[in-house]
Amino acid sequence: MSSRDIILQRLRNRSGGDLVVPERDFSVLQRPASSVAERIDQFQSTIESVHGEVHRCTRDSWITQLADILSSRGASSLLIPAKHEVGRALRESQQDGLPELLIYNEPIDSWQSHLFNEVDASITSTRGGIAETGSLILWPTPDEPRLMSLVPPIHIAILEASELYTSFHEAMLAQNWASGMPTNALLVSGPSKTADIEQTLAYGVHGPKELIILVIE
Amino acid sequence: MSHPPSEHPHHIDVKEFHPRARAAIADPKIRQNFRRAMDGLISKRKDAFQGMDLDALRDLGANIRLRALANLPDLLEQLETKLTENGIKVHWAIDGDEACRIVRNICVARNAKTVIKGKSMVSEEMELNHYLEERGIEALESDLGEYIVQLADETPSHIIMPAIHKNTGEISELMHNKTGTDRSDDVEYLTASARQQLREKFMNADVGVSGVNFAVAETGTLCLVENEGNGRMTTTVPPCHIAVTGIEKVVGNLEDVVPLLALLTRSATGQHITTYFNMISGPRKPDELDGPEEVHLVLVDNGRSSIYQDDQLLDTLRCIRCGACMNHCPVYTRVGGHTYGTTYPGPIGKILMPHLIGLDEGQHLPTASSLCGACGEVCPVKIPIPDLLVRLRQESVDGDKLNPAKVPGHGAKRSTLEAMVWKGWSWMHARPGAYRFGTAVATRLRKLQPGQLGSWTKYRTAPKLAAKTLHERMKERGQ
Repeated sequence: MSSRDIILQRLRNRSGGDLVVPERDFSVLQRPASSVAERIDQFQSTIESVHGEVHRCTRDSWITQLADILSSRGASSLLIPAKHEVGRALRESQQDGLPELLIYNEPIDSWQSHLFNEVDASITSTRGGIAETGSLILWPTPDEPRLMSLVPPIHIAILEASELYTSFHEAMLAQNWASGMPTNALLVSGPSKTADIEQTLAYGVHGPKELIILVIE
Repeated sequence: MSHPPSEHPHHIDVKEFHPRARAAIADPKIRQNFRRAMDGLISKRKDAFQGMDLDALRDLGANIRLRALANLPDLLEQLETKLTENGIKVHWAIDGDEACRIVRNICVARNAKTVIKGKSMVSEEMELNHYLEERGIEALESDLGEYIVQLADETPSHIIMPAIHKNTGEISELMHNKTGTDRSDDVEYLTASARQQLREKFMNADVGVSGVNFAVAETGTLCLVENEGNGRMTTTVPPCHIAVTGIEKVVGNLEDVVPLLALLTRSATGQHITTYFNMISGPRKPDELDGPEEVHLVLVDNGRSSIYQDDQLLDTLRCIRCGACMNHCPVYTRVGGHTYGTTYPGPIGKILMPHLIGLDEGQHLPTASSLCGACGEVCPVKIPIPDLLVRLRQESVDGDKLNPAKVPGHGAKRSTLEAMVWKGWSWMHARPGAYRFGTAVATRLRKLQPGQLGSWTKYRTAPKLAAKTLHERMKERGQ
């Protein structure tokens, strides 16, 4: 008999007999209704408390603000999505002061070393955010692959204020995640960090040292 | 850089708990490191649950775990079906050795020479690093704490903060000696150095091995909770990802992970959420540009299906590995994680490890507790840890007719003399005449009572018999 069958048989023929299946009361996860403005405030204060940076923008101002942010950091390259509106807007903009724009359009195997060593910053879209925990919802796609939000030292994310949910529970139900998940889905709630050396916080241990969110209102 | 195989788990004799405890208590550095860390974690946890209905949330967490356990075989099959549909290959291992063999076979089939690891307590339980390195496959830890512990050729002393027993100075010295970084007490510098060293390793690793926090049956999703990003690196950069997990980690619905995640991160480190919550449901698709080509899940039993047989012991399997029980344990805080000599230290280790290593080997574990109850009070899924400790104490002296012992190695602490004493005690208490006679004799002969009563009086004064029995005193009062 295979290990699988042995294990399943042991579990099925449990000596204690059938177990009671308790009900789950999810009502404790319900949150009072809130306005978009309240959610933005909550999102901002929560993510700032873990070293995230929030800039409130409009659809007309974000590229200018982005250029300022990047030049203040001395970033000389920015990885952008090829097809997503965010990438298109950047390529078409006449904005001064934007760094060299790179597109992730080849399999990682062919340019891994370049991505790990040369790219200063990346910008991705999000599928929304969570106010309560200060989280971004990312579903990497062929256009915005998984490593885009992980490898460059600065990760910039565009968050539409209208896509800000109160809680993880609300977001998951509203977007109907249970009906099918992508190969990889993420909640990102701040820059990479560790407290493994004597509980002292240090940022950018493996992933981005900075997480900057442009909230489009 | 290659590491000598870590032999610690093999060397440590779990039975030597008392000598190690004495040594740890005598070491002010260990006590300071743990006291400071645990105090910080306790207050952060408290703050993180501020304004929440913690009790209702814990009830929900407990019910989700109990529900998953009640449906365990069905959920495991559903998980397997879903994962397979998603392109993830599922393997089953009865014990740690079989799980190690499965991992190695995957490596061999891919001609893999280097494995990079995200944090996984199950892989510690399997002693995977040791197994792989003995067979010529380098296994490098990438969680900063685990990396430090591996450099020192030690084992983790805390399930969430593996290197909590070391202070910055010790870590700086270690990194200087093993990797050539400058001596520095600047944590940022040390962290940045590790980032650089490990990025090279990520790029060149053939296989990534990670643990799993929750496996969702409904969607076939493996969830990983982490702050550093090494878990994402491990599961994304190498061409092959192998996740290892205990069979109890499965939950039915995606919705179930919401409260469990809220409880886990707040209980563990006092965070509302960790930096990354990584949900993996498949390997790289043909049109995707990164991610592993191959994803495997190894479901490890290693004693869990035995624990599953008993209605009370089953509660052990609710655990979501937050570590709050050890953070709040007065014994753990004083003796530190290594004193236990087991993969899982502290209260959770005391109720889990006897099943894995037997009560003969682990006979000091259930008694290394004052039964103060703190662990049970903070447990996010309401595991009645003190009750389980008492149960294991009974098991170690063999239970009774109504509750026959079940845990491997049961009866290891049974002594004929003690058994006779308790039998006599129970006989006397069931017979009022004998009881009165016995207590009367005992009070009369109280001068003969020995001053030392074995290990009881090692750190305590002996209780003294009264001059008169309770009956006699009540009689006097009544007159």
